[in-house]
Amino acid sequence: MAEQENTHPNEEGAPEKVEPAAEKPEKVEPAAEIPAPAEPAAEKPVQAEPAVEKPARTEAAEKPAKAEPAAKKAAEAEEVAEIIRGNIVAPSPHLSDTSVTTVGMMRDVIIGLVPVLLVSLLVFGWYTVIQVGLCVIAALVAESLFTRMRGKPNQIADLSAIITGIILGLSIPWSAPWYIPVIGSVIAIGLGKSVFGGLGNNIFNPAMVGRAFVMLSFAREMGAGAYLKAGEAVQIISQATPLTAAKEAAGDLPQLWPLFVGSHNGSLGETSALACLIGGLYLCWRRSASWEIPASVVGSVIIFSGLADLIGLTELTVLQHLFSGALLFGAFFIATDPVTSPLSPKGKMWFGIGIGFFVVLIRVFSGYPEGVMFAVLLMNAAVPLINQWTIPRPVGGPVPEKA
Amino acid sequence: MSRATEGKATFARGIHPPEEKQFAAERPIEVFPTPAQVLIPVVQHLGSPCEVVVTKKQEVTIGEKVGEATGFISSPVHASIDGKVAKEGVTTLPNGRHVTVIPIKASEEQSLAGRALYDDVFGGEWPTEGLDRFAPEEISKAALEAGVVGLGGAAFPSHVKLARNEETPIEYLLINGCECEPYLTADYRVMVEAPEAVITGTLLAQHATGAREVIIGVEDNKPQAIAALEKAAAGTGVRVQALTTKYPQGAERQLSTALVGREVPTLGLPLHVGIVVHNVGTVAAVARAVLRGKALTHRVITVTGAGIREPKNLLVPIGTSYGELIEYCGGLTDDAARVVAGGPMMGFTAGSLEAPVTKGTSGITVLTHADVRKAAETACVRCGRCVDACPLHLVPTRIALASRAGNEEVARRFHLQACVECGCCAYVCPASIPLVQLIRVGKIMLNA
Repeated sequence: MAEQENTHPNEEGAPEKVEPAAEKPEKVEPAAEIPAPAEPAAEKPVQAEPAVEKPARTEAAEKPAKAEPAAKKAAEAEEVAEIIRGNIVAPSPHLSDTSVTTVGMMRDVIIGLVPVLLVSLLVFGWYTVIQVGLCVIAALVAESLFTRMRGKPNQIADLSAIITGIILGLSIPWSAPWYIPVIGSVIAIGLGKSVFGGLGNNIFNPAMVGRAFVMLSFAREMGAGAYLKAGEAVQIISQATPLTAAKEAAGDLPQLWPLFVGSHNGSLGETSALACLIGGLYLCWRRSASWEIPASVVGSVIIFSGLADLIGLTELTVLQHLFSGALLFGAFFIATDPVTSPLSPKGKMWFGIGIGFFVVLIRVFSGYPEGVMFAVLLMNAAVPLINQWTIPRPVGGPVPEKA
Repeated sequence: MSRATEGKATFARGIHPPEEKQFAAERPIEVFPTPAQVLIPVVQHLGSPCEVVVTKKQEVTIGEKVGEATGFISSPVHASIDGKVAKEGVTTLPNGRHVTVIPIKASEEQSLAGRALYDDVFGGEWPTEGLDRFAPEEISKAALEAGVVGLGGAAFPSHVKLARNEETPIEYLLINGCECEPYLTADYRVMVEAPEAVITGTLLAQHATGAREVIIGVEDNKPQAIAALEKAAAGTGVRVQALTTKYPQGAERQLSTALVGREVPTLGLPLHVGIVVHNVGTVAAVARAVLRGKALTHRVITVTGAGIREPKNLLVPIGTSYGELIEYCGGLTDDAARVVAGGPMMGFTAGSLEAPVTKGTSGITVLTHADVRKAAETACVRCGRCVDACPLHLVPTRIALASRAGNEEVARRFHLQACVECGCCAYVCPASIPLVQLIRVGKIMLNA
């Protein structure tokens, strides 16, 4: 059929569309049948190219072949496969922006976490290395194990497990014994991601799932007391965390500068508002995180904590609320996880507003000093609904109902 | 430079692919030497196929009708060379359709070739006065007889859009000189080399449609074209508006938004908001049809891309094979990987180089392996880049993945039918998901 000169089979490393189709034969087959019966001489121009995205169809066409024409069919099928491998025939668009990849976005998140990690190392020293290290290793092992159990190829190269490990590691107290990061990571990957079908399919933020599990299971090790240890070599640990102090000893309000810069106690990653801002704004600039989410989280915390302050429900000012706890860390690194946040700009806005609302609610009314984790998990659950309610209006209006 | 009426000279979202016009932008239109044979497909337009009205071994001349239009939405086809009709055949066009073709084998002597052909198509006088001596019905009829269809790629029969409309009077005539697809420069060369023909055709179209205002939209990466058109339009009331270069500015929905600030209703036509859009090449062909009585037998095609040795803009008889054009342009380079009919964002791959050029073929873009290299598909992480890129404000990932899963209800809920398959979403997808192809499959699922 093709009289192409000078077309070469593609070089290495370009499996193109052959790979994914081979992985998902049960999904590809039904779709492959749909364009097959399309009549060539129909009135409407037929857009579907014959067997381009679906080389599995080639194999399906091969199987029922009879003995004698089998060789001919095999030769034809090989020609089609060659065409597909050689890029000769493919559906539009034929160009793509190769500068942005999913792995690249993950890499950006890790880079964005570097300022936070650095401050954490400065403030907590060795503890950071241990906790984050344990979490990351456990996450990688867990993901490798679970993907093998699911019969899928190992995907730790997509960096998402590493990010889950880092975020989880940064959100636990320095004193948590080794089994906390390990169990937390295994649960985070296993119940937070693998059980849903892997990357892209989970509803809840995996790191927060892990943290919620260990927080509720090991309340003592993860509670307010876990942060404080008088006489510790790491000086900062002899003070209570700012929010705990505010809740328990009313009147002992945190200073803003330490909150901003990070020279106070807290979980490993939440201490420096400045570091979170730097890393977070980098992410937004790179468009690896949607700016609407941190913007609406911060905005709604300002509004709701301001209200709470006015009504007298909280001792802390708006800025203290903003800079303390894991709020900025959560706003920029946890809430912005694309898999578990809405798709449309408006949806992201509502998502952020909801998170801010629940954070303030939990801080003010509940026994917990800190509410980011639960707020995120609650809003994660609402994301499918938010997506339904914020379907953008197409330019030109919705598709008209046919009579 | 005049300002847009109510539009903002751009539209929301969209993408900025590399323009790649440098391959052929400064190549003046060359007349392709008459080929030995042309294959005239009986359907080159949106609408019903033509009825063949010539017989085997019949001698035909350039511009002689070989296929008669059937029905209102149809357009006749004509011989594009002098020669002898051969037995009807079938060919596969790049979009996958099998169509009947009328082969014509060229005679030794051609009445119109070379420079004379160029002058016949683009040269001579193109008056801007006294055009209202033609009744609107005459203009439409001349376009129908000449087989003029939209040369921008959709190939919709133009005579249908050259009529007044009682129900929704036409307020704006928009002429599309954007050519937003990367690589293509055919419209650009027509605007630079024959702006008078474009203006005359525009005025005829305005008279035929009764449009109150006429605006020619050109992307701002074509300053020479804008200047040439403005010069030719001086004193005629035709406005030339520069638009921000962005893909897909040339799509009629985005053009309507950018030039006059109106939204074309989903699944509707620009007509429903009082707008008619014509391509610059189309109106030039209308002028030739009305003033000179000549049929649409040739069109300008850009043969371009890094995979072709000598990119050119050629004036080509309809029905010439892709292979001959590629050969004329020096042939394929060693790393040529894909021959695309049209531009790289929406064009169809040519599976065979023997396919004939049709009225809707605006270019042949030859892409290299490096151009088309795409990573293996990975999972959608719902990053939302496709949502940020879609010029129609759809959610391509939901539509595409629902289509893949056969979930008609979700696909409909997310307005699958509103998609025009421009390719912005697939272009930006970091996971290399073939979004447009999945949406196409979804549309078939909905229609099945």
